[in-house]
Amino acid sequence: MDTFVQQLINGLTIGAIYALIALGYTMVYGILRLINFAHGDIYMVGAFAGFFLATQLGFAAGPSLVGLVIVLIGAMVIAALVGMAIERFAYRPIRKYARMTTLITAIGVSLLIENSFVAKLGAAPRAFPQLLQEQSYTLFGNAAISKSQILIFAVSIFLMLLLQWIIFKTKVGTAMRAVSFNLNSAKLMGINTDMIISVTFALGSALAAAGGVLTAQYNPQIDPLMGIITGLKAFVAAVLGGIGNIPGAVLGGLLIGLAETFVVGYGQNVGVPTTFRDAVAFAILILVLLFRPSGLLGSTVQEKV
Amino acid sequence: MKRIAISLLLVTSLLLAIACERKGGPGTSNSTGTIVVGYYGDLSGRTSNFGQSTKEGVLMAADEINKAGGLNGRQVQILSEDDEGRPEKAATVVTKLIDQDKVVALLGEVASGNTLAAAPKAQGAKVPMISPSSTNPAVTQVGDYIFRVCFIDPFQGEVMAKFAANTLKAKKAAIMLDFNSPYSRGLTEFFEAAFTKLGGQIVNKQSYTQGDRDYKGQLTAIRSASPDVIYVPGYYGEVGVIAKQAQQLGIKAPLLGGDGWDATQLWELGGDALNGDFISNHYSVDDPSPAIQKFVADYQGRYSKRPDALAALGYDAMKVLAEGIKKAGSTDGQKLRDAIAQTKDFSGVTGTISLDAQRNAVKPAVVLKLQDKKYIYQETIYPEGMGPQTKAAPAATTEAPSKAGN
Amino acid sequence: MPILVKRLLAAFVIILLLIAINQYMSDEGLFGFGVPPYYGRVIMLAGINVILAVSLNLITGFTGQFSIGHAGFMAVGAYTSAYLTVYHAQTWEHTLAGVIGVTAAHALIFLFAILVGGITAALAGLLVGIPSLRLRGDFLAIVTLGFAEIIRIVILNIDKVGGATGFTVPGYTNFLWVGLFAVLTIVIVYNIVHSDMGRALVSIREDELAAEAMGINTTRYKVLSFVISSALAGMAGVLFGHYTQFLSTNDFQFIRSFEIIIMIVLGGMGSLTGAVLGAIVITIMPELLRRLPGDLSQYRLVVYSALLILIMLTRPQGLLGTREFGLSWLKRPQRRPEGDKPVGEKGVPIAEHTSSTSSEGRK
Repeated sequence: MDTFVQQLINGLTIGAIYALIALGYTMVYGILRLINFAHGDIYMVGAFAGFFLATQLGFAAGPSLVGLVIVLIGAMVIAALVGMAIERFAYRPIRKYARMTTLITAIGVSLLIENSFVAKLGAAPRAFPQLLQEQSYTLFGNAAISKSQILIFAVSIFLMLLLQWIIFKTKVGTAMRAVSFNLNSAKLMGINTDMIISVTFALGSALAAAGGVLTAQYNPQIDPLMGIITGLKAFVAAVLGGIGNIPGAVLGGLLIGLAETFVVGYGQNVGVPTTFRDAVAFAILILVLLFRPSGLLGSTVQEKV
Repeated sequence: MKRIAISLLLVTSLLLAIACERKGGPGTSNSTGTIVVGYYGDLSGRTSNFGQSTKEGVLMAADEINKAGGLNGRQVQILSEDDEGRPEKAATVVTKLIDQDKVVALLGEVASGNTLAAAPKAQGAKVPMISPSSTNPAVTQVGDYIFRVCFIDPFQGEVMAKFAANTLKAKKAAIMLDFNSPYSRGLTEFFEAAFTKLGGQIVNKQSYTQGDRDYKGQLTAIRSASPDVIYVPGYYGEVGVIAKQAQQLGIKAPLLGGDGWDATQLWELGGDALNGDFISNHYSVDDPSPAIQKFVADYQGRYSKRPDALAALGYDAMKVLAEGIKKAGSTDGQKLRDAIAQTKDFSGVTGTISLDAQRNAVKPAVVLKLQDKKYIYQETIYPEGMGPQTKAAPAATTEAPSKAGN
Repeated sequence: MPILVKRLLAAFVIILLLIAINQYMSDEGLFGFGVPPYYGRVIMLAGINVILAVSLNLITGFTGQFSIGHAGFMAVGAYTSAYLTVYHAQTWEHTLAGVIGVTAAHALIFLFAILVGGITAALAGLLVGIPSLRLRGDFLAIVTLGFAEIIRIVILNIDKVGGATGFTVPGYTNFLWVGLFAVLTIVIVYNIVHSDMGRALVSIREDELAAEAMGINTTRYKVLSFVISSALAGMAGVLFGHYTQFLSTNDFQFIRSFEIIIMIVLGGMGSLTGAVLGAIVITIMPELLRRLPGDLSQYRLVVYSALLILIMLTRPQGLLGTREFGLSWLKRPQRRPEGDKPVGEKGVPIAEHTSSTSSEGRK
């Protein structure tokens, strides 16, 4: 039983990270119907931004809660700027082009970010400074939860609630919802759609960066290619929950995290090797798209001709 | 359609014409002037840290040789090419190095997969190739022009099994391997075989892939099997974190590993969670022997960081090659090959290297304990038919050639 | 001259040419002239890439279905044929040689291997295509990517074909085979495109709903095009494996699918000759970039991605757009007046194109 609880905790932990990243995918898709391939790399950029902030500002010396807060916020700001820059220079000029063009551009941006980092920083993994005094709390039996896991839960829940508040209780949020509903009508209503789109990218990127810094507390290994697989799984999470649907992204993230952990933990008993861990996410994606393309919480949108 | 055909014909003819050369003439050989040696590795892809590290070792060795007057009066030049970590490109760049740059020998690759793709080209062109760290047995089986200065998986896997069973008296072992890495899989296979032969039992086997963020799923499963030791034959990037997460899960059993652990980042990532773990290696960066300390100091001075296992092997590969060139007195393929094949008791930083009939390096391994960011010597384990007397190297302290890499 | 005779004559001439080139590319050369092994290798790889690019163009360029899993089908073809040639070819060739002679047996076995590779890849294409092709643009792309990765992971787990280390494969490929199949691929795709099926495919690309409304069975055509495309990719895989004589799943990662995409994007997604041109350029480019001074060549991959983005921003239709190679394209730049919808894809762009409110300016 305690193993089960342990796996549950582990699954929810990585699920929370997927949820944070998935939110970015789902928001951008809701507004632009664009899959931002480069979003996973923003997660990586956030982690590295945090790394450089922590080392440059001298927090690498020892655990410091203040340091953690500063690094987290700093990384989120930097990532938000990067996200907005990408939108402004790579996506905006081609917004009206065919879907394939934007998709290829997105892939191009993703590769550009990854390869620039590898070229400049090397592919070797680095150790993210430990900003949290690590400690394990035993729940019962062998089940334990670590401080970093608690941190991940706490911060993600906080950020998600913050996002909810922004979207439903502020003018900007209402504008975002309007734009995702129908961009042209929103434009006609006097909303500065370009700015709203930028804000969306900024928010999504900030969340992904938070995910990056938080993961780095849990697993300090960061490298320029860490965003690829994680980003893809987060995308699957967004689709699972219903792309364009915000609570769906959270639900999807947690489900993918749990599915993955349980396949790894128990899959062997049913003959599934742990190396199929990544394939789990893809398999789920394919199943969802086959049987319920609108996702768990999404609604089917009729295509008008 | 006609237009397409004609235009394609034009393009093809253009290409073929550009590529044209005379065939069948005698080949030109360079017997004076700089000795050009080719290095190929992953310099820009996912595993570029391995390729870069090895290259740094090679370059440092070449520089030392040149400063000391070169080989037979000739300077050495290293021409390096990037294969992006892809086997197909490895073969392409090796073809280029042999064919266009007329290298006299090749150094590389780190990953057995890439070496296997490229080695046939070297063999076919009769250009000797020394791999610094490819550990898969199949590599030297490609032909008699292919050598290596590292362990092969069968040996290193067995080393740890012996240590676990005989010294640590472990009865139950779990394994956590890097699934995509031939190095990790190779070590696992031979560890398993040797450990069970010594009476032990493998109670759980889990795998991970590079890039996984979370190992707790696998570690939790391992924990429930209550092993005495856990064999983690992977690379430092993941191992450091695995050790940490294992500690968080309250796992007390020591982790065992191979030379893939050897890098400064290991300590950065794993911290004190690594205390009490053991690895098999070919040498220790903390070995007080003067030769090794000089190497470490020189490397530190040149690159502002400590060498890892791959750099040390790259260094030795170049030195072994240089020795062969000196002995052969020429860079002729056949003569050079024969000279390298006769390498015996060569004093490298990664141990005393002797190449056997299969062109694999025969050298003992050391087992080191990790404690407070240092490697503490435990014991030396010799290959079959080799004992303490046959070693000519400085005694007791850490000495063990190891076959790092994959 | 009756058209059949013309065709046969053309085929005869082409085969003769290929034989000549093959001899030219071999070790002894043609009349004392040949190519150095390095250039020879680049040319061979370019030829294989031509097959890959043209086949991908069929499904992505002409039918408008974005597939980024082409490497997966290549892998299927490569590995299934390799399994045959490594474990069975020897014995079969031996028995056959007694009947029809060594060279004929050798060639026949390889032909068989190529067919097997093509058919298994086609089956894989069917498996992947049927569920996925009802998905829209971006999702189809991700799903094809996912399938290619799953294929790769599955192959990685099969030790009989080398697992993680790699699989050494006998060499059968020479330029004759590559050239033959490259020509075959071009002819096949050309004929499809210029047939009724081709028109159906293009109509699907331009506006799938309208095509469906016009009575075209879009699913059937999409799947058919996908299967043919995968089969050709599989055959390219066979040629590839038996040329490099070493198969490793590291050669079939996403980056390869992506390289093929770049080839057709560069050349122009609606153009056959564009795909060929793109394939040749992208094969040669990394080799040229190698000659950059030392440290600069590290930025090769950065250059690639930047190049791609640049193309998308400035000339998304690639070099040739939907035209074929001729000299007319040199005359005017490929810029349509309003709203450059290059290789159009169905999918209502969120921003409706109305000339009055175009705040972005260009187009």
